[in-house]
Amino acid sequence: MKHLTRRRILAAAPAVLAFGGPLLSARPARAAKKYGPGVTDTTIKIGNTCFYSGPASSYGTIGRAMAAYYKMVNEQGGVNGRKIEFISYDDAYSPPKTVEMTRKMVEEDHVLLDAGPLGTPTNSAIWHYMNQNKVPQLFVSTGASKWDDPKGHPWTIGWQPNYHGEGIIYANYILKQKPDAKIGVLYQDDDFGKDYLRGITDRVGTKGPAKVALAASYETTDATVDSQIIAIKAAGCDAFVNTAIPKFAAQAIKKAAQIEWKPIHVLSSIGQSVAVTLKPAGLENSVGIVTDFYLKDPTDPQWKDDAGYKWWVAFMGKYYPNGDKTDVNNVYGPSNAATVVQVLKQCGDELTRENVMRQAANLHNFQVPMLLPGITINTTPTDFAPVKQVRMARFSGQRWELFGPLLTGEIG
Amino acid sequence: MTTPQQETVALGVAAPAARQAMRLQTRHWVLAGAIAVALVLPFVFQGFVVFQLTEVLIYGLAILGLNLMTGFNGQFSVGHGAFFGVGAYVTAIMMQRWNVPYYWTLPPAGIVCFVVGILFGLPALRLRGLYLALVTFAAAVALPQLLKFHGLEGWTGGVQGIVVNQPDVPAFLPIIDADQWLYLFTLAITLLMFWGASNLTGSRTGRAIMAIRDHEIAAAAMGINAPLYKTLTFGVSALYTGVAGALSALAVQFVAPDSFSLFVSINFLVGLILGGMGSLPGCLFGGLFVLYVPNIAESLSRGLAGVAYGVIMLLVIFVMPSGAAGFARYVGGLLARHREVELPAHRATPNAVARPAQRVEHQRAESAEND
Repeated sequence: MKHLTRRRILAAAPAVLAFGGPLLSARPARAAKKYGPGVTDTTIKIGNTCFYSGPASSYGTIGRAMAAYYKMVNEQGGVNGRKIEFISYDDAYSPPKTVEMTRKMVEEDHVLLDAGPLGTPTNSAIWHYMNQNKVPQLFVSTGASKWDDPKGHPWTIGWQPNYHGEGIIYANYILKQKPDAKIGVLYQDDDFGKDYLRGITDRVGTKGPAKVALAASYETTDATVDSQIIAIKAAGCDAFVNTAIPKFAAQAIKKAAQIEWKPIHVLSSIGQSVAVTLKPAGLENSVGIVTDFYLKDPTDPQWKDDAGYKWWVAFMGKYYPNGDKTDVNNVYGPSNAATVVQVLKQCGDELTRENVMRQAANLHNFQVPMLLPGITINTTPTDFAPVKQVRMARFSGQRWELFGPLLTGEIG
Repeated sequence: MTTPQQETVALGVAAPAARQAMRLQTRHWVLAGAIAVALVLPFVFQGFVVFQLTEVLIYGLAILGLNLMTGFNGQFSVGHGAFFGVGAYVTAIMMQRWNVPYYWTLPPAGIVCFVVGILFGLPALRLRGLYLALVTFAAAVALPQLLKFHGLEGWTGGVQGIVVNQPDVPAFLPIIDADQWLYLFTLAITLLMFWGASNLTGSRTGRAIMAIRDHEIAAAAMGINAPLYKTLTFGVSALYTGVAGALSALAVQFVAPDSFSLFVSINFLVGLILGGMGSLPGCLFGGLFVLYVPNIAESLSRGLAGVAYGVIMLLVIFVMPSGAAGFARYVGGLLARHREVELPAHRATPNAVARPAQRVEHQRAESAEND
C-alpha cells in the first residue's frame, strides 16, 4: 500500500506542477534560485531503473537499498530542506524496457536526474537518449569502462572502479612481484570477462619480458573449468588471474591445489566472497590468494567495531530491515545513493540539470561510510570515474587481510 | 477478418447475402474508425506514450508473425524472439555499419528472416508439436550467445550491442517530431503487413495453410503439398516477426544480445494466446497486453509484481478463454442476436434454427476431442 500512495502522489505531481508553474514564475525571482524539471521549494524528484524481476532480479536489492537511503535522508530533513522523491522502475534487465521506463520518468514524471540506474546493456540503451536530451545519468551501477567519457557523453558518469582498471591493477601487482611473469588468465566469455582481460593485456603489453601466456575462457554453461586450469599450468604460467564468477573461481582454486600448481594467484572482485568461493574451494587451498576491495565486506569480522560498518548496520536495521545484511549489494546501494545526495547538496538552490552535472564533476575527497578507509570519491570535468581506488588483500586462511597502499587502475 | 466467411463455409450454412454484406460493411466502418483513431493518437499524447504505442504496433506485428505459423498453421514456436532479434540486427548493422537509410533496411531484414525461417522450417518438417516447440526454443536460447560470438563481433558489436540513430523526420513533414514520425511510419508498415496477412489467410493458400492445421493427413489427401506450405509458412512467419524486429531497432535505437532473451519469445506466445489464435486484430490486443500489463502489475505491487501479472493473466484467460478475438466474436454474436429479435420473424427463423445446431456441433467436436 505504501507504494500505491507514493505513486498516487507522484501521478498527481505533474498536474500540480502544471498549475503551479505559472504562479511560481510570476513571483519575483529570488537570488540564485534556479530549478530544473522535478524540483520545487520542498521536493526534488529523481528517477532510477533496476531489475526487480527477470533473470537478474537478485540485484533488485540495490534499488531497494537506495530507496531506503533516500528515506533516511528525508527523515533527517532532506537535502537543503527539500525531500527526495525517488521513483524506481523495474526494467527486468531488458534494454527496450529500460528505454520505455526511462522515457516515462523523464517525459512524464519529469525527474531532475536518473540516479544509479543498474546494468551494462540497460544503461547502454539509454546512453544516447540521455545525452541527446541532456538529462543527467548519474553514477550508473555497472563496472564497464565506457562510462568515463566526459567529452563524448558529458551527461553520463560512472561510479565504481571498472573491470578494465581492475585488470590493470592485477597486472601491476604481478609485474611488481615478477617482472618476467608468464601470466595465465581465466575469464568468462562475456562483457566483464573481456574487460578484465583487456586491462591485463593493456598493462602487460607486447614487448615483454612478461607476457600473457594463455587466456582461457569458459562459458557459464560449462560443467567445470578443470581443463582450462590444466592447460594454463601446462603453458608454464607462474602467475594466474582468476576472473571467474564464484562457482568457477572455486573450481579453479581447488583444481590448482589438486595438481599442486602454486602460481601468484589473483582472484578478481567478482569471485572474492569467502562464503561462496573460498569455503567451497577449501580455505586451506585459498591461503595466499590476493584480490582487491573498495567496499567494506559486510561479512568480514574485521569491521565489527568500525564506525562506518556500525552506521550501516543501524541504517539497515531501521530503514531496510528485510534486507540481507550479508549481501554486498546492500552496501553498494546506499553508498551510490550517498554520492547522489552529495551532488544535490552541492547544487544548493541551483537545481538545474546543468548544475547537477557540474557538481557531479566537482566531487573532492567525498567520503562514504562503507568505502574502505582512505578511499574517497573524486571527479573533475575530465575525470568521470568517481571511485578509482582499491586496496589489495591477501587471504590468511580465515579472512581477507588488506595490505599495501591505495591503488588506481592506471598504466605506469 | 475472413473468419466469419470460413466459419459459414465450414459449417455449410449459407447466410443470407444481405446479412453478410451488412456485416462486411460494419467491418469496414470499424476498420476505418480504428485507423482514424490510430492516426490521431500520436497528436493527442506526448513523446513517451507515442513511443509505447509504437512498441504496441511492433509487438502486434511480431505476434502476427507467430500467429501465421501457430494460429493458422498449427506449428508451435517458442523461439520467435530469435527472428525478432535477427531482424533488429540486420537493420542495426545495415544502418550503422554500412550507412544504409533506415527505410531500405526493412526489406532485407524481412528477406534474411524469411531465408532463416525457411532453413529452420526444413528440418522442422520432421518434427511436430512439442518437438518442434523444443527446436525453436533452442533457437531462442542460442541467438543471444551467437550475437556475442567473437567471429561476428565486427558486425554485431558483441555484448556492447549497437546504438542505432533515430530516423529523421522527412523534410516534407516539418511539423511533427521524431517520435510521431516513427509511429506513423510503423503504423503504415503494420497496416500494409496486416493487409497482406489478411489477403494471405483469405486466399486459396490461406485455406491450404489452415487445412494443414486442422488435419494434415486429410489436407494431403486433398492434394495440398503439406511440406511446401509448412515451410513457406515458417518463412513468411519469420519474415513478419523479422520486420517487427527491424522496426523495434529503430524505435529503441539500440540492439544488444540481452534485448533478445528467451523472455521475448515467451511474451510473444503470451500475446498470441491472449489475443486469440488465428485472429488478425487479436495480435494487436496481444501487443497491448505484453507492453502494458507488466507496468500495471508493477504499479499494483513492487514486491509482488510477478504475482499480480499472473493473476491478471489468469483473469484474462478466465473471462476470455479463446482470447480477445474470441471474446469480441462472442460479444458481436450477442449483439447480433439482440438485433435479430427486432427483425421480421421470417428472417430471424432460419438463423435461430441454425445457431443451436451449430452449438451442438461444437459440443460434439469438443467431446470427441476429449475422448
